[in-house]
Amino acid sequence: MQIEGQDFIAGFVPEALRDREPAPAIVETQERIAAEFEFLGDWAERYKYIVDLGRKLPPFPEEHRTEANRLHGCQSQVWLHTRMHDGRLQIRATSDAAIVSGLIALVLRVYDDHAPEAILVSPPEFIGRIGLASHLSPTRSNGLHAMIQAIRNHALEAIAPG
Amino acid sequence: MTAAPERRPERPALDIEAIRRDFPILQQQVHGQPLAYLDNAATSQKPAAVIEAVSRYYREDNANIHRAVHTLADRATAAYEGAREKVRRFINAGSSREVVFTRGATEAINLVAASFGQRLREGDEILVSHLEHHANIVPWQQLCERTGATLRVIPMTATGELDLADLDGLINERTRLVSVVHVSNVFGTINPVERIVEAAHAREIPVLLDGAQATPHAPVDVQSLGCDFYVFSGHKMYGPTGIGVLYGREALLETMPPYQTGGDMIRTVSFEGTEFNELPFRFEAGTPNIAGAVGLGAAVDYLEGVGLERIAAREQELLAYGTQALESVEGLSIVGTAPRKAAVLSFVVEDMHPGDMGTILDHQGVAVRTGHHCAMPAMQFLGLPGTTRASLAFYNTFEEVDRLVKALAFAREVLG
Repeated sequence: MQIEGQDFIAGFVPEALRDREPAPAIVETQERIAAEFEFLGDWAERYKYIVDLGRKLPPFPEEHRTEANRLHGCQSQVWLHTRMHDGRLQIRATSDAAIVSGLIALVLRVYDDHAPEAILVSPPEFIGRIGLASHLSPTRSNGLHAMIQAIRNHALEAIAPG
Repeated sequence: MTAAPERRPERPALDIEAIRRDFPILQQQVHGQPLAYLDNAATSQKPAAVIEAVSRYYREDNANIHRAVHTLADRATAAYEGAREKVRRFINAGSSREVVFTRGATEAINLVAASFGQRLREGDEILVSHLEHHANIVPWQQLCERTGATLRVIPMTATGELDLADLDGLINERTRLVSVVHVSNVFGTINPVERIVEAAHAREIPVLLDGAQATPHAPVDVQSLGCDFYVFSGHKMYGPTGIGVLYGREALLETMPPYQTGGDMIRTVSFEGTEFNELPFRFEAGTPNIAGAVGLGAAVDYLEGVGLERIAAREQELLAYGTQALESVEGLSIVGTAPRKAAVLSFVVEDMHPGDMGTILDHQGVAVRTGHHCAMPAMQFLGLPGTTRASLAFYNTFEEVDRLVKALAFAREVLG
């Protein structure tokens, strides 16, 4: 199941970071998420939990709900805004769909407020581990793939020289 | 929720269980549930007769067509041209010279836009409608950009119908082509295309009808419709993907330059110039999708075997049952409520995003389409980000409609 997460980032890690181990803090958060989901029963319980997480997503600053920040390739609308603060990438995102909002909450829990290098070397393994691997498939038009790709692109831009 | 609607008896003439056995793909489970395939407007499933015809063609008859004198080439040509004749009869075209094989409805429209479109000049107008699939918008939009022509739009109503009040104003001396959808893929609306053809022909303006959602569901007769072009896709009418049809009135096709050029569409070629082949080959450059055409011919045979009238009647029963069943779901509104509809049920449920709904339905083995259905202008008009669409085929059952309703109730539980 984890292979999909690994495949997903293949080729996206800059040369200088290739030998780096995944960031321990990000790995740990993903472990914790995986453990939480192990307590949940069937698929319906998992989705209920995800929807619940989405409800608790911090409000998205309205001024960032712009066309430029909108991610395409999703059935639901997703807006993503990042900025660098003290060497860390701060990520805010929102969606009009409940499941995607919950997935955003998970993604933010894993990646928000980490150094861009740490984000780039830490694949989103938790997605496979919580039984949502199909959500990561690029053909699945629900936004998770587009969102993670966008976060990685923003991280890449943040460390680009010049 | 109110009580479930009373079930109409199955027509004894159509043995649905036997029909379902004709479709191998319907026999499977998805997420541990029997598959309820309610996404037929996107693509229909294929009966074994079609799958076998394609397979048999490759196993026994495959050769290139129209050229060689060997036996297999004769058989392949006969199979391909036989399929064309079946399609001609299916839509009641006057001649097989009027039946051009394409990759699908989209390519057929692009063919007309590229070829017929060469006569367009700045100031000319093309008239489409607000209900169109993107395939009947974008090719014309691009043509307008190339030529300086203008795209005009027949408005729609909140019920998902065409608003023809100003039709005579929209069709004017600048109009060069009217291109409208016969049956809406989003709402199922059966448009009064005869009236549009009449209004356009009063000014001698040709009409293209997008029949992608019409040919699977009811008999189509291009001569009684009186249209000049009619386009449709094989895969939506139980045939293979990658094959479709452009019907064009012969006199009009004769005046049109080739779309693509190359082999098979020529009569003679020298470096001084080329003489083009006759209809319909002039519009079929290169080796065509022979197996696809054979499969489409088998689909026509299958549909005629079941009977288009019986299919239409069966689907109207499913539509009536499904409409009543969905209306009983709390907070659900059906989008597209025209009195004349194909078996398409587009709907929204209060406080439930179509994408969320589609995900939860899928986990219950129910396949529907969610989103804008490649008709963003129609969605924008209604102020909706998208809908959920259950599109029914004659092989669907009342039980599957019941499962959709139950699955929606469970989606409400999961999504809160």
